[in-house]
Amino acid sequence: MKAKITVTPKKAVLDPQGKTVQTALEHIGFTGIKDVRIGKYIEIELEGTDREAALKSISQASHKILSNPVIEDYSVEIE
Amino acid sequence: MNFSVLQFPGSNCDQDCVHVLKNVLGHNARLLWHKDTSLGDTDAVIVPGGFSYGDYLRTGAIARYSNIMAAVKQFADRGGLVLGICNGFQILCEAGLLPGALIRNKGISFRCEFVWLRTGNPDTPFTCKAPEGTLLRIPIAHGEGCYFADAETLKQMEENGQILWRYCDRHGNTTPESNPNGSLLNIAGICNAQKNVAGLMPHPERASEKILSGHDGRILLESMVQFLENRKRS
Repeated sequence: MKAKITVTPKKAVLDPQGKTVQTALEHIGFTGIKDVRIGKYIEIELEGTDREAALKSISQASHKILSNPVIEDYSVEIE
Repeated sequence: MNFSVLQFPGSNCDQDCVHVLKNVLGHNARLLWHKDTSLGDTDAVIVPGGFSYGDYLRTGAIARYSNIMAAVKQFADRGGLVLGICNGFQILCEAGLLPGALIRNKGISFRCEFVWLRTGNPDTPFTCKAPEGTLLRIPIAHGEGCYFADAETLKQMEENGQILWRYCDRHGNTTPESNPNGSLLNIAGICNAQKNVAGLMPHPERASEKILSGHDGRILLESMVQFLENRKRS
């Protein structure tokens, strides 16, 4: 099994990387961009086949260390 | 006084802290490796600056789970003094010993320069030698020092007098121009609600000797010493 974790900055948190990339995209001619947010993507290879247990465990890990709940949201997908 | 200065893989201000505490202020200071499980005979803990674990994942995110941090948490819970400087501040926030978090500087760039700080609440172990409004000139050196906390947390911190240092201009005005990293409310450093754990992005240990073009940082460290001496006496 593989866990795919996406970590993104919370809406209320300033994302200077996103802002800079937005400016760069506009600078090179991409139009219609409302907002850019930059986060992290983490892949974890897992042993076993129990998807429910994996989701529980990886969600705990996401809350405890992979993200900081003060500034970030996360989503977990098991495949 | 007995100071313990923590050392993580990637710490790089640990020796500077020990130097100032020992050779400038004349106290005992020793290094504690992150794998240590006990603080031993310690009056105060310094979590120094650097790039613990290469800033991987998030600044301070991995260091906060090291063995020594469990001992620091116990020490803090018993009222022990803990000061986090730069990466140490980030580690204490990640550990939940201080509220909020430090994120990428608003202007993206790494800022390395002297800044002015205005001291807030003088009634804490970290500010007791600096009357309210005291201006300090201390250097910063960081890429992720933009302080963030939600509105409710900021309000509580203001009401409790937990905002100890704010970036300001040379006249003490907390202007947007004097804020080097976009920190909310120009926050450079804070303490916890119990006032025994503090963190700041500027480096007092780099401004504690005249030869280093300033010694305002000593006021902070000497405040801790004064508080500890008073506590021992009473």
